[in-house]
Amino acid sequence: MIECSHLSKHFGDVKAVDDLSFTAHKGQVLGFLGPNGAGKSTTMKMITGFLPATSGNIKVCGIDLAEDSLAVKNKIGYLPEGAPSYHEMQVGPFLQFTARMRNIPSARQQAAVDSVVARLNLNHVYYQKIDTLSKGFKRRVGLAQAIIHDPEVLIMDEPTDGLDPNQKHQVRELITAMSKNKTIILSTHILEEVHAVCDRAIIIARGAIVADNTPTEMEKMSRYHHAVSFVADLNTELLNKIKHLDCVRDVTYNARLKETTVFPSQGLFIFDEISAVLKREGVQVMSLKMEAGRLDEVFRNITQPIQKQEAAI
Amino acid sequence: MNHIGAIIRRELHSYFATPIAYVFIVIFLVMSGVFAFYFGSLYERGQADLLPFFNYHPWLYLFLVPAVAMRIWSEERNSGNIELLMTLPVKRLTWVLGKFLAAWLFVGLALLLTFPIVISINYLGDPDNGVIVASYMGSFLLAGAFLAIGSCLSAATKNQVIAFILTVVICFLFLLSGFPMVLAFFKLFLPQFMVDVVASTSFLSHYTSITKGVLDLGDLGYFALTIGVWLYATVLVVDMKKGD
Repeated sequence: MIECSHLSKHFGDVKAVDDLSFTAHKGQVLGFLGPNGAGKSTTMKMITGFLPATSGNIKVCGIDLAEDSLAVKNKIGYLPEGAPSYHEMQVGPFLQFTARMRNIPSARQQAAVDSVVARLNLNHVYYQKIDTLSKGFKRRVGLAQAIIHDPEVLIMDEPTDGLDPNQKHQVRELITAMSKNKTIILSTHILEEVHAVCDRAIIIARGAIVADNTPTEMEKMSRYHHAVSFVADLNTELLNKIKHLDCVRDVTYNARLKETTVFPSQGLFIFDEISAVLKREGVQVMSLKMEAGRLDEVFRNITQPIQKQEAAI
Repeated sequence: MNHIGAIIRRELHSYFATPIAYVFIVIFLVMSGVFAFYFGSLYERGQADLLPFFNYHPWLYLFLVPAVAMRIWSEERNSGNIELLMTLPVKRLTWVLGKFLAAWLFVGLALLLTFPIVISINYLGDPDNGVIVASYMGSFLLAGAFLAIGSCLSAATKNQVIAFILTVVICFLFLLSGFPMVLAFFKLFLPQFMVDVVASTSFLSHYTSITKGVLDLGDLGYFALTIGVWLYATVLVVDMKKGD
C-alpha cells in the first residue's frame, strides 16, 4: 500500500509536483498518465526515496519514508526511466549484485536470480554484457532487478517504452500476473496500455491530479462513449438522414477509412437503431461496432486546456 | 558489511572489465620506473635506498589518481545509474566507502606491483627495509587522500573531464602548500607559526616525513583525517547533487 498526502516538490521556482494526494492499495495496478514534464517521474522518485519531497508525507506499507527510508526502500522494487544498469557487467553477475544489495540471504540469492532470469527470458543472454544487448533486453534486465526481491510495491517508470509489440505483450502479462499480491504503479504514454493492465488511472498535469478513475469510467467521459462506428460506402443523403435522427447528436465521416462514426445524444444507447437504419436502407456494412470510449481523446481534453493555459502564461 | 564487500567486488570487477585498469597499471609502473632511474638517478647515486623512487610518487599520483577518481561518481550520475543505487536499501555512506575503498585497493595493487624495485635494491645493496615499508605506507596513504578528494569532486559534476581537472588542481594545492618555494613566499609576510600551519596542511611535508622512515602518529592521523573529511563531504555532495 502506498499513501501520499499533500506531496509537493519544488525545483527553485518551478513546482514540479503540487499538493498531490492519493492512496494505492494492494492488488491494484495504478497507471500514471500525463504529458511530458507533468510530474509523473518526480512523484515516483519521491516515493522510491530518491528525491526528498519539499513538503508532504509518504507512507509505504505503513512505514513513513521520512522516518525509515531504508525499510521503505526494502519494500520497493523500482525500474527508473530508461532502465539504467551497469553496462560493462554481464546480465547474470549484475543480477547477483542486485540480489546481494537487496538483502536476499546468500543461500537464496542464486535461486532469486534464476527465477527472474526464467520469468523474463534472459537465459541465453545470461553471460552477455548488458552493453551489447538490444533495447528490449536492457529493459527486461531493468525489470528483472526490480522484481528480484519479490517486493510488495513495484514502481515502474515507462516499463514498455521502446519495446516491440511482442515484448510489450510479454511485459504486460508479467505485470498482470504479479498484480494480485503487490501494489504496482507505472507511468506510461501509451493509453492502450492503461486499458490492458491498469485498474485505475491517474492523470497528472502540471504536478496535480486532474483525473482519478478506472480506465472504463474514464472512457465514459469520452464523447466516443457508446458511439457507433461502421465502415461502408455511404452517400450524402443517407448520411444526412442518420444525422437528423432524434437520438443522434453528430456524425463524422472519415473518407480515407470510409468509416462513419455516429455520436448519440446525451447518454443514449443507439446501436440497435443505427443497425436497423442500415439494414432498412440496404447498406452493405463491412464492420459495425459500438465504441467504449477513447482514452486518448479524454486524455487530450483534460490535459490540453492546461497546457494551453501554461503557454499563455 | 556485506554491502561494502559487494560494492568493492563489483567496482574492482568493473575496473578490470574495461581497459582502465590495464592502462593505469602499465603507465604507473613504467612512469615510476622512469622517474626513479632517469630523473632520480637511483642507480648512479650509489645509495641503497628507494628515496628517488618514492620522491616522485606525489607527482605521478597528481595525474594518475584523478584519472581513477574522476569516474567514481560522475559516471553513475551521467548514466542515470545513481537512481538505481540510491533506491537500493543501502546507506549512502556505504556506497561512498565502498567505492572509495575499491579505488584505493586498486591503486594499492598497482603500488604493490612495483615490488621488483625492492628486490633489485636488496640485490644491489643492503637497504633499510623498514624505511621502505614505511614509504610504501606513506605512498598508499597519499594516494588515498588524493582519491578521497577526487571522489568528492567527481560527485559534484556529471562531466568526468571537469572532475579530473578540478581534482588535479585541488590536489596540486594540497601538495604545494608544503613546497619550500611556497613556504618562502609565505615567510615574507607571515609569522613563523602561521607558516608552520600552512606547511602542516601539506601532503608533501607529511609524506616526506613518512618516507624518511618516521612513522609519526601525527602524519598518519593527518592522512586519516583528510580522507575522513573528504569522504564525509562526498556523502553530502552525492545527496545534494543526485537529482540534478
